[in-house]
Amino acid sequence: MLVIIFRQFIRNKAGIVGFSIILVIILLAAFSSNIAPYNPIEQQFTQQLRPPSISHFMGTDRYGRDIFSRIVYGTRYALLSCFLADGVALGIGLLLGLLAAFYGGWGGAVIMRGVDVMMAFPYLLLAMLVIAILGPGLINAMIAIGIVYAPQYARILRSLVLSIKETDYVTAARAMGASDNRIMLQHILLNAMAPIIVQATLTAGSAIIEAAGLGFLGLGAQPPTPEWGAMLSGGRDFMLSAPWIATFPGIAIAITVLGFNLLGDALRDSLDPTLYKR
Amino acid sequence: MLGYIAKRLIALIPVLFGITLLVFLAMHLVPGDVAQTLIGEKGGQEKIVKLRHELGLDRPLYVQYWIFLRRAVTGNFGVSYQTMEPATAMVMQAFPVTLQLSFVAIPAGIIAAIKQNSIFDNALMAGASLGISLPVFWTAILLMMLFSLRLHWFPFVGIISNNTNLHHITGFQLLDALITGNGTAFVDVLRHLVLPGIALGTISMAFIARMMRSSLLEVLQKDYIKTARSKGSAEFIVITKHALKNAMLPVVTVVGLQFGTLLGGAILTETVFAMPGIGRLAVTSILFRDYPVVEALVMFTALAVVLVNLIVDVSYAYIDPRIRY
Repeated sequence: MLVIIFRQFIRNKAGIVGFSIILVIILLAAFSSNIAPYNPIEQQFTQQLRPPSISHFMGTDRYGRDIFSRIVYGTRYALLSCFLADGVALGIGLLLGLLAAFYGGWGGAVIMRGVDVMMAFPYLLLAMLVIAILGPGLINAMIAIGIVYAPQYARILRSLVLSIKETDYVTAARAMGASDNRIMLQHILLNAMAPIIVQATLTAGSAIIEAAGLGFLGLGAQPPTPEWGAMLSGGRDFMLSAPWIATFPGIAIAITVLGFNLLGDALRDSLDPTLYKR
Repeated sequence: MLGYIAKRLIALIPVLFGITLLVFLAMHLVPGDVAQTLIGEKGGQEKIVKLRHELGLDRPLYVQYWIFLRRAVTGNFGVSYQTMEPATAMVMQAFPVTLQLSFVAIPAGIIAAIKQNSIFDNALMAGASLGISLPVFWTAILLMMLFSLRLHWFPFVGIISNNTNLHHITGFQLLDALITGNGTAFVDVLRHLVLPGIALGTISMAFIARMMRSSLLEVLQKDYIKTARSKGSAEFIVITKHALKNAMLPVVTVVGLQFGTLLGGAILTETVFAMPGIGRLAVTSILFRDYPVVEALVMFTALAVVLVNLIVDVSYAYIDPRIRY
């Protein structure tokens, strides 16, 4: 089965492009200190607002910091934001969805109505509400984004569990005397993993955009952290005199998110046998 | 139909109740003492106790929630800690700007989706993928750099020029200009809304275009389309009269689901264009811990999202007459 999925995946050119982008981002994050030519937070007042040149590939900002180095280090925060936000969303969403569907009844109904309530809020506003509780900051922004995305996972998992728990193999496992925990973790969760992986990949892209948005509003990463959203916000005051400050972080965000979206779409196609091309 | 709307409105009550509970608990989970924050480090303990009593913070949580609920029903969320103005009035002043921007962005998305054809299909889909990947505030900054600062085609910031007079009736500047028959103000507000509208429209365009494409492609395979073509109907009539209307149902659903995202995007877009909407208000009230304003803001926004989705549900029957409520 894995071989078929892999074959389907490598046939999808957009998926390969997405995978390559993510691979490059991971490598940039892992080897930031080797790749970045300058210290990303060190201020050099003799080099303020320099346009792109050989010595400063993407120019410098108002404090003379090298934009390219800041973007390279920014990959770490982008990856951190998608992994942490995805992790929080996955953890809360899986727990709520699994419990709501497996046990059902009043408890399940209350959980799902709670999920409905959370989904009535615009994502950014709900994240801002969570930040009002936790306080501004990079990690808090990521936790906030995770909480905001949790209802999506809860809904997806609930629908999956509702159909899987009626299958013959779950009935067989129950007849053999398997405990609820064993059925939930070994039989249901494992079989629901494929759509969850796809959702996680697509959420990763959105999480990067939301984290950048919070950074842009000043509620996420705080200066001098080289986070792309905050960098973009800093470039707003120099749109005419130094447009490169706001341009390059935006390109970095767009390429990374595009990578995750292409990868997510390709994974969805590879994992759904009804979409296979003969 | 009226019965269905009434039923849906009644079903909204528990959701709205849940929203009030979530907002109330969120505001009470905030670490630190509000009274102490307001009075500051130098204020004496006596003053803090007095303020806590005045704000009702020394009462049991369920009593405070009951008071909050009673006020929320009447739209009274207290006064802003920063400006001492009523929080609801502050939000109602800012809300139309954001709402206006979100509504301008929806047709921008739909037009972009309908205008596709097979030659540009791949380009459009690539554009749609890119649209989902672009941060809306970055698109806004790029549009502003090019069309406002370089080419001077559109105004730089704000919702209306300083020298344009407009009598405020609804708070929705476009609507007010129409009601008062003020053509100059209407054009001025519209010019201010074009760039933020396009920036925000890229989000909805991407989603709506993708959904429109797949829905339209599916409908075009149906037998009644073949019948219409074999009758000799012009392709334009086949698409607009037969296919488009039948393909609209999932698209309208996406528009409803997108509304929340659009409001979120509007917060960022209006920050770039310095428009006096809820974005700026939300950020300052969160940073200054101005809870009455945060509460009012979150409640009104959630209410708007819930109501727009109700309107979307009700519109199904209009789009597809087979649907009866």
